[in-house]
Amino acid sequence: MNKPKTIVEKIWDQHVVHQEQDKPDLLYIDLHLVHEVTSPQAFEGLRLKSRGVRRPDRTFATMDHNVPTIHRHIIKDQVSKTQMDTLKQNCDEFNIPLADIDHPDQGIVHVIGPELGLTQPGKTIVCGDSHTSTHGAFGALAFGIGTSEVEHVLATQTLWQARPKTLNVKVNGQLGKGVTAKDLILAIIAKYGVRFGTGYVLEYTGEAIQSLSMEARMTICNMSIEAGARAGLISPDETTIEFIKGKRHAPKGSDFEKAAKDWKALATDQGATYDATVEINADEVEPQVTWGTNPGMCIPVSASIPSPDQANSANAKDEISRALEYMGLEAGQPISSVKIDHVFIGSCTNSRLSDLQRAAEIVRGKKVNPSVTAIVVPGSHSVKVSAEKEGLDVIFKQAGFEWRDAGCSMCLAMNDDVVPPGERCASTSNRNFEGRQGTGARTHLVSPEMAAAAAIEGHFVDVRKLTQPTPS
Amino acid sequence: MEPIRKHTGLVYPLNRSNIDTDQIIPKQFLKRISRQGFGQFLFFNWRFDSEGTPKKEFSLNDPKYKDASILVAGENFGCGSSREHAPWALQDFGFKVIIASSFADIFYNNCTKNGIVPIQLTEEETQVLIDRSESDSYTISIDLEQKTVNGSDDFHASFEIPEYQREMLLNGWDEIAVTLTHKSKIDQFEAELQQSRGE
Ligand code: SF4
Repeated sequence: MNKPKTIVEKIWDQHVVHQEQDKPDLLYIDLHLVHEVTSPQAFEGLRLKSRGVRRPDRTFATMDHNVPTIHRHIIKDQVSKTQMDTLKQNCDEFNIPLADIDHPDQGIVHVIGPELGLTQPGKTIVCGDSHTSTHGAFGALAFGIGTSEVEHVLATQTLWQARPKTLNVKVNGQLGKGVTAKDLILAIIAKYGVRFGTGYVLEYTGEAIQSLSMEARMTICNMSIEAGARAGLISPDETTIEFIKGKRHAPKGSDFEKAAKDWKALATDQGATYDATVEINADEVEPQVTWGTNPGMCIPVSASIPSPDQANSANAKDEISRALEYMGLEAGQPISSVKIDHVFIGSCTNSRLSDLQRAAEIVRGKKVNPSVTAIVVPGSHSVKVSAEKEGLDVIFKQAGFEWRDAGCSMCLAMNDDVVPPGERCASTSNRNFEGRQGTGARTHLVSPEMAAAAAIEGHFVDVRKLTQPTPS
Repeated sequence: MEPIRKHTGLVYPLNRSNIDTDQIIPKQFLKRISRQGFGQFLFFNWRFDSEGTPKKEFSLNDPKYKDASILVAGENFGCGSSREHAPWALQDFGFKVIIASSFADIFYNNCTKNGIVPIQLTEEETQVLIDRSESDSYTISIDLEQKTVNGSDDFHASFEIPEYQREMLLNGWDEIAVTLTHKSKIDQFEAELQQSRGE
């Protein structure tokens, strides 16, 4: 019998174009996603050397980072506009399919790939964006690259990559009611730190992962990079196959049956070994809230903000003190007492239909606290349309949320959706770095339910304690 | 890309861990479409206040580090976003070498594509470099052929770097040109893919 292999080994072996001693492997790239911010210099590089795009048909572009989510066509910032126009020109020149700002397929690159069925198990997928790990939810090997690598993939459809080490993130038991995939991934990063995944590809395994929906799996894989891992994935199963079936770019008919069989065969073999393993019990995970300036600075909603004195080194102590100062928080303060000014429901972590449905359930029939400004930004135009069909926009608007057009928005505040200095935001995004949502802005990462609950109460609250009205 | 074999320069210590690429270059400066001119925005929110005045307390504004070309920092340097604007900004500002006790994967890779040498030393070694350069103006030499770092005093350390990336840096190769020498293999791979999967 063949040696049992992990899914990462299987995908890798299927994509090696060329191998040499003491060199990384030359790896074939099946799908290259492109957006406006990290691509202009790559296209410019091609032009300077008179090079073309090898496989425009394996390349797909959209506009997401800069686009306005309100007054769609009034782009006040000329530089943003230039960047978007440049992407359009580049796609025209090199024949690359583009979902531009007016296109019905437009959306955050990591939301639309799966939506269109471009993301499939076993594929190698790259994008000049670190959250490309999201696509790993389908059992694809997907990772973020820099602009030089974007240029390299455009020109050659390959990348030089060293065979990665693998790390098994084993999630035992089941998540409790009101506890989500977002809480789970935050709890994993809080437990093992923001660099435990550096140098590895993470594979999430265990019962709790198997029972997650595809959208929840995307939330998990999305944040692999916040643990330092360029890629994180989940072996494909029936849930994966069901999700892909019927999507526009998915194989059809008997081709689909054949593909589904191949996909299932990709799952990690029993007895395959990993280079490392970490474990967590899903049953013990509570709703989480980050208090600091990296995603590992995270506590359960029932806990209090840590003190620098709890740190085990001088550097760690400094780090906590600096984070507390930036965040305007006191050690020992219960996180639930922290008042917020803004709520952002959106980003490639939590802006899919099910995220919005769950948040809407919390706010239905309630009102946003008068001290809070709250916005919902669907991950794609298609999510927006589906949500409106269900009337979610009405629920949010009646509660006092703003209902916006699709884009990255306040996740990184490159457009006009900015948190002002010193103000505090409960955000369903993935990074609470200093200045991420605006210079001096203070970010707390939470699940969509927790963000919705905070919007109503004006401070953090355990969403499990909110009594939900019975739907009429 | 310019080849780099050896470099001697002044050390600038930034004694922090987990310095993410949002700090190295904040997003409001990612909108340019060229690779040049990002140095002025390096560590922008740390260097300048809301009026755009340099903050005295941030050490990079100290004139004694004006000519520094080697940055030394704590662990997990360059975590977060994949933006290559981060190494572009560091390079444009004048940094040729980054030393840290660990690096984020994508950032490390991005450095080597731009002729910046990322050097991983132990925590103790980086701490020595930080202490010495904080108290005094401190010059060190790095040698990519020998894989060594030597201070102007008794500091000596050696480091590892993947052979492929070392060669790229030493020779300043155009990686795409190297890859295109394997074009027939890529053609062949695609032909097989077409046959087996009809793609
Ligand atoms: S939503 Fe945020 S994290 Fe996701 S791609 Fe956009 S900017 Fe990046």
